[in-house]
Amino acid sequence: MADIRNNFVGIKSPNPFWLASAPPTDKEYNVVRAFKAGWGGVVWKTLGEEGPPIVNVNGPRYGAIWGADRRLLGLNNIELITDRELQTNLREIKQVKRDWPDRALVVSLMVPCEENAWKAILPLVEETGADGIELNFGCPHGMSERGMGSAVGQVPEYIEMVTRWCKQNTRMPVIVKLTPNITDIRYPARAAKHGGADAVSLINTVSSITSVDLDTFSPEPSIDGKGSHGGYCGPAVKPIALNMVAEIARDPETAGLPISGIGGVTTWRDAAEFMALGAGNVQVCTAAMTYGFKIVQEMIEGLKNWMDEKGHARLEDFIGRATPNVTDWQYLNLNYVTKAHIDQDLCIKCGRCHIACEDTSHQAITAMVDGARHFEVIEEECVGCNLCVNVCPVEGCITMQPLAAGALDKRTGKIVEPVYANWTTHPNNPAAKIAAE
Amino acid sequence: MADGRYAAGIAAGRLDSAQYAENFSDLHPPFDQHEALVEADRCYFCYDAPCMQACPTSIDIPLFIRQIATGNPLGSAKTIFDQNILGGMCARVCPTETLCEEACVREAAEGKPVQIGRLQRYATDTAMARGRQFYERGTPTGKRIAVVGAGPASLACAHRLSMHGHEVTIFEAKPKAGGLNEYGIAAYKTPDGFAQAEVDYILSIGGITIENGKALGRDFALADLTANYDAVFLGAGLAGVNALRAQGEDAAGVENAVDFIATLRQADDLSKLPVGRNVIVIGGGMTAIDAAIQSKLLGAEQVTICYRRGREHMNASEYEQELAAANGVVIRHWLQPRRVIVENGKAVGLELEYTALRDGRLVGTGEAVTLEADQIFKAIGQSFDPVPLNGSGNAIEMEAGRIRVDAEGRTSLPKVWAGGDCVLGGDDLTVSAVAQGRDAAESIHRTLVG
Repeated sequence: MADIRNNFVGIKSPNPFWLASAPPTDKEYNVVRAFKAGWGGVVWKTLGEEGPPIVNVNGPRYGAIWGADRRLLGLNNIELITDRELQTNLREIKQVKRDWPDRALVVSLMVPCEENAWKAILPLVEETGADGIELNFGCPHGMSERGMGSAVGQVPEYIEMVTRWCKQNTRMPVIVKLTPNITDIRYPARAAKHGGADAVSLINTVSSITSVDLDTFSPEPSIDGKGSHGGYCGPAVKPIALNMVAEIARDPETAGLPISGIGGVTTWRDAAEFMALGAGNVQVCTAAMTYGFKIVQEMIEGLKNWMDEKGHARLEDFIGRATPNVTDWQYLNLNYVTKAHIDQDLCIKCGRCHIACEDTSHQAITAMVDGARHFEVIEEECVGCNLCVNVCPVEGCITMQPLAAGALDKRTGKIVEPVYANWTTHPNNPAAKIAAE
Repeated sequence: MADGRYAAGIAAGRLDSAQYAENFSDLHPPFDQHEALVEADRCYFCYDAPCMQACPTSIDIPLFIRQIATGNPLGSAKTIFDQNILGGMCARVCPTETLCEEACVREAAEGKPVQIGRLQRYATDTAMARGRQFYERGTPTGKRIAVVGAGPASLACAHRLSMHGHEVTIFEAKPKAGGLNEYGIAAYKTPDGFAQAEVDYILSIGGITIENGKALGRDFALADLTANYDAVFLGAGLAGVNALRAQGEDAAGVENAVDFIATLRQADDLSKLPVGRNVIVIGGGMTAIDAAIQSKLLGAEQVTICYRRGREHMNASEYEQELAAANGVVIRHWLQPRRVIVENGKAVGLELEYTALRDGRLVGTGEAVTLEADQIFKAIGQSFDPVPLNGSGNAIEMEAGRIRVDAEGRTSLPKVWAGGDCVLGGDDLTVSAVAQGRDAAESIHRTLVG
C-alpha cells in the first residue's frame, strides 16, 4: 500500500490533504471535526493583530455559480479574517496542537505592513506550538482596502520585505500565500524566495462578482442592495491555479521552492494533478464547504489506490513529474498530428460534435451519411483541435488519435515527419533560429 | 370496503367514494419548478435533435427545454405553441415513449430519456395558468371558413386560420368542443377539466365561433358549406365503430369502448357509473387499454383484454401495456371472440377461439376457451362514416375507408380540406391531427390570400 505521509518544509502530516485557511478552520470545534474526519492538517483561519476584532458583514457572505444539477462550480466570498479574539484563537490553537500532535497545524497571519506588528504577533503564535505560519498576502477583498492581504501580495517588494521580517523573527517555517490577482505569478514567488520564504502556497481567491440580481440590479452577494467584489474559489478556478503552480515550479529562479497547491481541489485526482505539477501538498476549502469534511476519505483512498496502480510508493515518486512537460508554446512539436475519431458504438448521435465543428470550427464532422444521421470525422478537414472531444457528452466516445510517422495527413497532403520540430525552426517564423531547409 | 365491491353484473358504487378521486387523479403529476429544472438540465441541446424529428408537429424541443432551464417558461410555452397550439394536451396524452422520448439520445445513452412530455406540460401549464396569450388575430381578411368537428385537428386549423385573419365557424355535433380530448381519452390523463380549459385558451384568440349540436348530414350538408364559405375543413373524426361479427353481439352488456369512455369522461359522479364485475375488452389499441384500466379503476374485479394477435402486434405502446398490467389488467393474446354467452338477454360470458399465424394469415385453431364476463367492450377500431358526406354533389374521393388528401390536406373537392383521424395516412394520434389541421390552415390561407 502506498505511503502518503507528507513532509512539507519539515511539517509532517499523515496525508497531504490540508484544509486551507478559511471558515472551516476558524475555531477548535471545526478543526477537531476535521481531524476526526481524517484531514492531514489545517491552516488556521487568518489571525490579525491584537485589538478589537474584525467585523464581518451581517448579510450574505457568499455568492456562487452552478453547473448542471446545481453542482456548485465556483464560490465567492466577502468574509474577512477571523472575527474572534486573538487570545481565544491562540488558546484553541495551542489546545488542538497538543491534542493532535501528528497533524499539521499552520497559522495564517495578516497584520499591517509594519515590522513591529509582525514582531508582536510571531512570538504569540510560536508559543502555541504551531508548526508554521502562512502569510496571507492574497485576500482580495476588504482587508486589501486597509493595505493588507492582496494589497501586499500585488507588490513584490512588500512580499520580500514582510517575508524577511518574519524569517528574522521566528524559528517557524514561513509559507507565503500568493494572490492570483496579478499579471505574472512568477514575480511575487521570486520575491517570496528572496525574502527567505520556506514555501509559497497558491492560489488565494480571484477577485470576482458572481452574478447580478436582475430585479434589484445589485451584484451578488447583495448587502442591502450593494455588492463588493469577493474572492472566487472552487472547481472553476482550478485551471488558473494549476497554471500558476506550474509557472513557479518551472521558473529557474524559483525551481525547487516548495509549493502548497490550492485552488478548486475537490477529489484525489485534483490533488494528484497539483502535486504532479510540483506542489508538495494541497489545501482544500470549497469542496469541504460544499460536501463536509468526509470528502477527505475519498481523497485519501483514491490517491493511495492510484499510487498503488501506478507503482508510486511515496508521494515524492510523482511530485513534480509533470513539471518538465510544461513548456512554452514555441517548443511544442508541430510534427505531432492528431485526428479526431468517433467510436460509433459509443456515439449517441446528439450531433453536438458536428454543430460545434460546423458552426464554429473546421467543418470536419458529418451529420448525415447516405441519408442517415451519422457523425464521422472528415480527416481531410480535421485539424485535430479537440473541440469535439470537449463537447461530446459521452466520455471516451471521441478520442484524438495521433498519426504515426510516415502516415499521410489527408488535410495537408503531407507525410507525417518522424522528427520533432517546433516553431523556433519553422520556415514561416521570421525569427527562426535555424534557417529552413 | 364498499358494500358493492363484489356486486354481480354491471353495478355502480363498487368503491368507497374517496377511492374514485384517488383512482382518477393525474397519472403523471405535474413537475414543480425544482423538478422541471433538474430534468431540463439533462437535455443535451442536440443538433437537429432526434426528438424534434420524431414529433409530428416538429416542436423545437431542445429550445423549449433550454428556455425552461434558463428560467423562461413563458418563452418555452411560446416555442411549443408556435408549432402546436394543443401542446398542453399533447404533453398529457402523447405516447412520448414511441415519439420524442424514444428518439431522445439519452434513451440511447442510458435508457432514461429526458421527460420531454412532462417538461412540455410544465411550460404550457405555466402559460395557461397565467392566462398568457401569445397570438393575436390577424387583420380581418373577410374570408369565412367552415370547419366540421371541434376536435384537435379542427381546433388547430381554426386557431391558425384566425391568426391569419380569417373568420371561422366550427360545426360540432356534440354538446362540447374538444373531440376525443373531451370524449375519448382516459380521465386520469387529463383530469380537472383540462380539455375545456384548453378549448377556451385556443378560442380566446377570437374570430372563431362554435355551433354545437350541428351534425354534418343531419343539420347541414357539405354542399351548403361549400356554397356559403370560402373554404371548408373536415375534421370529423371517426364516427363508426367496427363490429365484432360474433354471435350474441347485441346482448345487454356488450358495448362500444368509446361510448363507455365518453360516458365516463362526462360523468359528474363516478360512483354512480356502473361497471361489470368481470369485464372483457376486445382489442389491442389505446382505446382497449383506456377502457380496461378505467374499468379496473371503477372497481371491476377482473378485467381482461383479449387480443387476436401477439403482444408485438398491439397498437398500444409497451408503456401502455405495462400501465394496464400495473393496474391489474390481464392481457391475453392470440384469442378472437366467437360467441357471446347470453342468459336472460344479458351477457354472462364470452367464448373465444385461439388463433395463430399460418403462412402470414391469422386463422382460428379450432380450440376455444370461455371466460366469464358481465360486461364486454368492443375496442377493435373505429371507422370513418362517409354517409353524412352524401348529397354533396361530387363525392369526395375515399381510400381505405377514409378521406384521401394530398400533402397539404386538400381533398379531391375544390375548397375542401380535411385532417385528423378521418383522413388516410394519419396515425390516429392527437399530435398528428394537430399537425394536419395546422398545415391545412396554412394551405387554405395560401389558397385564399395567395
